[in-house]
Formats: sequence, C-alpha cells, structure tokens
Amino acid sequence: MSFKKPINHHPKLETNKLGLTRRDYEGAVSTLCAGCGHDSISAAIIESCFKLNIEAYKVAKLSGIGCSSKAPAYFLEQSHGFNSVHGRMPSVATGANCANRDLMYLGVSGDGDSASIGLGQFVHAIRRQVDMVYFVENNGTYGLTKGQFSATNDLESKNKYGEDNLFKPIDLATMAIQLGATYVARSFSGDRDQLIPLIMGAMQHKGFALLDIISPCVTFNNHDSSTKSYDYIRDHNEAVGKTDFVPLGEEISTSYKEGSSTEISLHDGSKLALEKTDANFDPRDAGKALNFIREKEKEGKVLTGLLYINDLAKDLNETLNVTQTPLSQLQQDVLCPGSEILDEINQSLS
Amino acid sequence: MEDKKYLYKRNNIWWVKVAVPKSQRDKFGYDLRQTTGKSDLNEARSVRDHIVESLKSKFNETEKYVPLPSTKFMEKTNIDNPQYFHKVVDCQYACPAHTNVPEYIRLIAQKKYTDAYMLNWESNVFPGILGRVCDRPCEPACRRGRTHEKSVAICRLKRVTYDYKDDVEKYIPQSPKVKNGKRIALIGAGPASLTVARDLLPLGYECTIFEKDHKAGGLMRTNIPSFRLPADVLDEEIYRIINMGAELKLNSYIEKLKPVIDEYDSVFIGTGAPKGKDLKLKGREISSENIHIGIDWLTSIAFEHVKKIGKKVIVIGGGNTAMDCCRSALRLGANDVKVIVRSPFSQMKASEWEIEETMEEGIPILDNTSPKEFLFDDKGKLCGMKFEKMEQVEVDGRKKMQSTGEEITIECDDVLLAIGQENAFPWIEKDIGIEFGEWEMPVVDKLTMQSTHPKVFFGGDSAWGPENIIWAVSHGHQAAISIDNFCSGVSLKERPAPITNLVSQKMGIHEWSYDNDVSQEKRISVPHEELSKSLKNLKTEVELGFDEELALEEAQRCLNCDMQTVFEDDLCIECDACVDICPTDCINFVDNDVEEKVRDKLRVPALNLDQSLYVSGKLKTGRRMVKDEDMCVHCGLCAERCPTGAWDIKRNAYKESHTLTNKIKAKEVA
Repeated sequence: MSFKKPINHHPKLETNKLGLTRRDYEGAVSTLCAGCGHDSISAAIIESCFKLNIEAYKVAKLSGIGCSSKAPAYFLEQSHGFNSVHGRMPSVATGANCANRDLMYLGVSGDGDSASIGLGQFVHAIRRQVDMVYFVENNGTYGLTKGQFSATNDLESKNKYGEDNLFKPIDLATMAIQLGATYVARSFSGDRDQLIPLIMGAMQHKGFALLDIISPCVTFNNHDSSTKSYDYIRDHNEAVGKTDFVPLGEEISTSYKEGSSTEISLHDGSKLALEKTDANFDPRDAGKALNFIREKEKEGKVLTGLLYINDLAKDLNETLNVTQTPLSQLQQDVLCPGSEILDEINQSLS
Repeated sequence: MEDKKYLYKRNNIWWVKVAVPKSQRDKFGYDLRQTTGKSDLNEARSVRDHIVESLKSKFNETEKYVPLPSTKFMEKTNIDNPQYFHKVVDCQYACPAHTNVPEYIRLIAQKKYTDAYMLNWESNVFPGILGRVCDRPCEPACRRGRTHEKSVAICRLKRVTYDYKDDVEKYIPQSPKVKNGKRIALIGAGPASLTVARDLLPLGYECTIFEKDHKAGGLMRTNIPSFRLPADVLDEEIYRIINMGAELKLNSYIEKLKPVIDEYDSVFIGTGAPKGKDLKLKGREISSENIHIGIDWLTSIAFEHVKKIGKKVIVIGGGNTAMDCCRSALRLGANDVKVIVRSPFSQMKASEWEIEETMEEGIPILDNTSPKEFLFDDKGKLCGMKFEKMEQVEVDGRKKMQSTGEEITIECDDVLLAIGQENAFPWIEKDIGIEFGEWEMPVVDKLTMQSTHPKVFFGGDSAWGPENIIWAVSHGHQAAISIDNFCSGVSLKERPAPITNLVSQKMGIHEWSYDNDVSQEKRISVPHEELSKSLKNLKTEVELGFDEELALEEAQRCLNCDMQTVFEDDLCIECDACVDICPTDCINFVDNDVEEKVRDKLRVPALNLDQSLYVSGKLKTGRRMVKDEDMCVHCGLCAERCPTGAWDIKRNAYKESHTLTNKIKAKEVA
C-alpha cells in the first residue's frame, strides 16, 4: 500500500481568486501519528491561505524542533522554509523579518520549543513586535521523546503512565498579552470553525500574533486524566464568542443580536467581527482580558477565541525604520550612493 | 371505416385493449386490457371508454400529486443491506450480470489470467466474446470517468483474461452421470439459452438446445462480423457449454411449440429478435434484388452465402448493425460506402466506439438525412436513392425531426437496411396459453422470466426486444433459477439472495492487502491491425487486444471500488484526520439535516444524486460523519490516518446467486 496522496482532486473543488484549489496549498503527506492535532492545524492553515488567496512563494515557514516543528513540511509546499535549532525559531524569524518585509512569516512551534528551551527567544520576539504569526501547537507533552510533561501541562493532569505533574503550567497566551503582543488567541485543533477565522485574522494582522492552539497528542496525552485530550477540551472549552473574518470589500454575513457584535478593522482593510457574549470581556482591553482569562481558569474552563487585539501598535520594522525593499533586492547604487551623498551627510553632521 | 383494432381475440377470448401513452408506461404498463367474453363491438366500446376514463383519472391524480419536500432527517446508513456497497462498485452494479470487475482486474494485475477468466465465466459466461463485443454498460458507469477523465478499459481487460488464460477445462463443472430426471428444451442456441443450459446442466438437468441454423451461437454468430468476433473464440466458448453435456440439435427449426411443451418439463425460449425491419418507400415494390435487410445480409456473410457486393453501397440506419453492415461491405469489395442516418449525429444509437471505428475506416456518416425513394434505371436495376435533409426542432419542449425541403440523390449499387429488428413468433400457437401484449411481444414476468404459460420462460431479445448479449446472459441466469424452482416445486418468487463477504484488508501497521497506488495515466487505447491489412479480409480481427505490458498498465488504472470504507461510530474521536487526508474531499462531519440540505453543506456539495451518502449515527459532538460516495477513490488513506480504527477498508465481494453457484456451494458443504 502506498501513502502517496492521489494527485487528483474533486472536479468540482472550489477555486480561489488565483485559480488554485485548497489542494494546491498542501505539502507532503504527514508522518505524524494518525489523529495528531497538529495535522488539523496544518489543514486549517491550508484552508486559511486558500481563502486569503495567498501566493505560496510570498510565505516563509519557520520552525524549531519537535513534532510541531515538523508540521511545516505538511503544508504550503511551495513556500520558503527554515527549520532552526531547538527554540531558536524566533531569532531566525526576527532576522528574516528585517531582511525581507515582503514575506509573510509563519512561525510554527510547540509547547516544548516555546515554553521550555525557547522561552527566552519567545518573549523577546514579542517584546520587539516581530510581524509574524506565531503558532504554538500546544499538546502539553513531549511527544517526540515519549510523553514527558511539558511546561504547559496542567498541575492536576497525569501523564500516560499515571504519574502526577508537580509543577504549575506556563500560560503562553496571558504571558503574550502582558508582554505586549498585539493579537492573542487561543483555540482548539478540533474546532476548525473557530480556528480558521482566527488564523486568517492573525495573517492579516500587522505585528506579533500569537495563536496558542491546544492540539491533542493522540499517542501520549489523549487519556482520561489528561487536560489536553480531545474529550477534556470539548467538555471544558468556553469560547469568548464567535469570531468571523470578513475579507476586504465583503459584507458581514453572520447576523448577531443587536449590540452584541463589534467590528475590528485590520490593517489591510479586512475586518474581524466579534460576537460578545460577556459584558466583562473586551478583547481591546488587555486588563479586562487578563482578568477574564483568570476568572474562567478558576471555573475550570479553557477560554478560547480572540483574547486580545490592538491593531494600532508599531511593529519592529517600523520602530527600526527598516527599508521597505527586501535587502536582496537593494541595488548597488542604493547601498552605496556615492561620495556626493556622503559629503552631504558629513556636512549635515558638522 | 370504424376503428376496431382495440377489440381482438387471443386464446379464444375476446379482449378490449387500451394502449398506455409512453410517458405513463413505467407506472401502468404497456396496455390495459379487459375481457368482454364476446365479439360485441358496442359492448367493447363501452368497456374501452370505461378503461380510458379510469386511466385518465389516474393521470390526473399523478399530476396533482406534488411530493412535499422531505422533512425527515437522514438516518444512519444500513451497510448490512448488500445493495449498499454493491452500488458503490459502479461497474459491477451497472453490469446486468453483476460481474465482479475490480476483483478480476486485480487478478489480471497479479497475472492470474485463468482465475480472472473463471471469475468472469461464472457470472457472464462468455468472457472471450464479451471482451470483444459487449455493449459495456460498465464503462460509462466507471467511477474513473468522474474522478479522472475516461473510464478504465474494462471490456478490453476482460478480453485479456481470455487471451492469456491457460487451459480452463479442468475448472468447468460437468453434468453429473446420474440425472435428476427433468428435461428442459431450450429453443435457439444463442447466449440466453446457452446460459440457461450452463446453469442447469451441473444440477443434473437434461438440456436439449434446438437451433434453426447449422451452427450454434445465434445472433452472436450471424450478426457480428468475424473481423470483430473471430469464429474460433465463438466456438470455444459455445462448445465449452455444449460439452458440459447439453444435447445440441442443429437445423432444427421448431414449427410448433405445443408438442415441445408436452414433451419437456420446461421450455426456455431464447430465439432473439430475428426479423429485420423493411423500409416501405416509393420504389421498394419494383425490385428486391439489390435491397438487403441488414441482419439477414450479415447472416448470409457469416454462413458464406454472400461473398461480394456492388461498388457503391448505401447503409441506412444509425445503430450497431449499420456499423457492422458498412464495414462488412467495405471488406466485400465496395469502395464507396455511405451511412445515412435520419437523426443528428449526436443521437445515433450505435456505441461510441463502433462509430469511431467506422469513421477510422473512412466511411462517411451523413446525419439528418431521411430516405424518401428508391431509384431504378431503365432496366429496372437499383441505381440510387433519394433523400431529404432533416433538422431537429423543438415542439412543446420535445425534440422532433422535420424536413428542410432540401432533397439529395445518392447513386448506389446496393442498399443495406439496418433500421431495427423485431421479434417474430410465427411458430408459437395462439391458443396454448402464451399471451402476447403490445407490439406482439410475449407477456413475460420481469423478475422470473416466466410467460403466462407456467412451463414456458423467455429470455434475451425474445423477451423484451433487442438488447445485447450481456442482458441475454442476465436473463438466462434468472430463467435458470426459475426453471430450477419450477421443476423443484418451489415458488418462483423465492430467489436466492446475493452472496456477500465484507472482509477487512488490514494486515498490520501501515499494511493493507491491496495496492492503492493507482495509475494517474490516461486510458490506453487498444492497438488496431493496419487498415491496409484488415480491410482486405473479412476475417482479420481489427482489434489486436492489449499485449501483456499494456494490460498490466491499464489494470493499474482501476480504483478498486470494491475496497469499501467502513465507518464505526463508537470508535471515532472526531480528530478530523480523515477529512484532511481525503484527496477528493468526500468525508465530512456535519450536523444532521434533511438529505437535500446535508448534500448542500458538504465540503464539496454532493450534487450527483445517483450516488449515495454514507451517514453515521450520532457522534459525541452531536454531528454525523457524512461521506459522499460519488468521488471516493478508495485510496484507503482515511483508514490509514485514523488513530482509532474507526475507519477500516473492507473488501466487499458481491456475487449474484445463480443455480450454478448454489450447486458449487452444495458441493463445498458436502
């Protein structure tokens, strides 16, 4: 039996504005365990890129080490990619981002890669406002090394072999809000209806966008005493309200109860329509958002949806006043403008 | 003159008959009739009016009836119904004999040609013959035509099983030495009768086949030219059955049926539709010398009574017989052959591939041309025909042919008429209890093949008019079951159920016992003999068949539709892995609804209503798994990527029961 995915697709499969089908955004067939949440996230990324009519060659996929970091091989086959050292993806992303502002940067990381070995890198990428989408495919376990607890595993959770977790988890989403990330969302790999608009919003957002996606590990962390299993998340998931992505030039088609929806414009002119379910929560107010997340945590709920957004902040390149032209395209005459210009500069300094 | 046609006498009884309009025949049958008991026209008229009135009121009822959109939510698919997965195997489902196509193509791929031949032989009896001339209902049905471009060359692969098989004689069941004491008469040695004989002989029936010609085979021999079907293939497969122990009486035209009925325990009539239609046009009465009825002319060629024809030949008709006639004429020495068709080219009845081959031989087909008159020279010899050009117009939403007024004359030496054929039963007495209905066709039960005389069964073209060989085989199987039941005192409605077997193909982790690496190549066309050679000799087979390399390549195009995706609700954790991996977006997890809405909300809406939706029970999140069977390529990746084994790939072996399989089963049990 072959595991090649047949190349033919449904003849009536939808095409986007570029004339591509969803299948044109695929990558190699996944070698992750069957049923891995990461594969669902890859599928959601594929769907988002398809819907946003993204040209694959204008995307760079960056990752570190871990099951999650293998995932970029399984989507956007025709994009650029960089598989870095464990936990060092944010540095590579920062450099790449400054060198070429034309590309869209998708960082794919996991709970080990971001919350343990790469935590220092993670926080600085946020602090500097690197314009990227940072996916944390969060399964609360070290799947690649046979299921040890990771830093995001909940205190009351046991591992597959029945041992207790002794340490409190790091919550990357609240951490990101505190550090000034301008787009923070949490979601669940098994809820594609929620996940896809959040990814699309993150892709169109300017600045650092964190997507903390709970992604069950079917092999090591999908058991009854796990708090990151399909069943646990389905039972404890509490969404802050529905988020719809509204592409540029289109009207909002979903109807909400009057007064219960908010629109947030993204920098390219597309919009996010948010349904508000609770008066105590406002994703544009970091303080309220943090309080609300903690409240729900006390109730034993996992709060998902768009947790925080600020679309007015400057990103790294704006702060550093980096050239709009990718470095690779800068010509000799721009890089070395000649002695006359040098004289001008020298004189302006005297 | 008063219309008296509706009052008629049959079997010494006076009947009043009312023909049912074409559009309503599915519902009410061909004609409605009632007996009056006597030849009284007035009474007949009132009975007729009564029938017509009641029929009219039924029509109105059906018109008024507007089916309400169903408000019922979809139910869990019952895969225990053997027809559910059978229908997914499009080719097998479309085949009247339900030959297990994917299985024999797999056997070809394994180079097990003999096994593949026997699998065919069991269900369709004439693999070598059908592998050359079958009407192939399987191919338009083939899933590959929907998922890719063209269907698998199923028919030509069947021929491969014949061409490359070893000796199969040792696998052929024989008639037992001790007979069961029942004697069956089979009239006409065509495919229908031969199938009945094959199915009944191993059970101990004594079968006698009566054939009017001096060779067996029926229309397979007389009407299919040997450049399409060589005589040795025909002889091998016919005599394989005769040699099982049937008694073949050649040159035995049955003049009266009654004595046969009296002598035998049961009678099967498989005499085909042997009467070619004539064209009664102006000039037809002048001479018959160079005007031939197509099928009679083909018969004369088959028996070598006719060896030449004029240089200029007109063939009238657009069916397969016309194609055979024109190509035969070319081989008998004609150098200017034209096919004249009344309808537009696109609506010709002939099979696409036969039209193609005809045109490849350089024969022009003139469509929209209707014959008007036969023309003769001073000496009274046929010299041409007059035609009028037609056009298709739409009248009240129905297409109709209408003359444009333009006339053309085409010179010719001979005319071949291939405009259809009819049944003819001049030898069946009208008073022995066999009832005839519309168009003088026997009244035959669709399921049991039994006529109104309990001992007499019909099949093949003689039952419901011209069809093709594979239908005759299918009728033969059913008639054999009926005859066996009839002779054993079992109700004819008790039909043996199909034999099915659904077996998992999982061998281990990442191991499945079938090859899903399907070729993405285009359909391979069969190599042909060079025209210069094939046109010279009537007996040179045009199609050369696949060589082994091509056969194996073509076999690799089969999608293995019998490898069924089977879903177990309880095991599913709704991780969506199957949704993501499915190459053709068949698998969905959606909330239940009425079928129409479910079809609409799938990833790719399921618009092909002929294809089923496979619906699971309610899953943990309340949703249902809904799979659109239409585009599934049976790659098995859903099962491969399923973490819990909720999806499995199971091979669905489906076999129609016939008496022969019952016999083999009985033997296995013993």
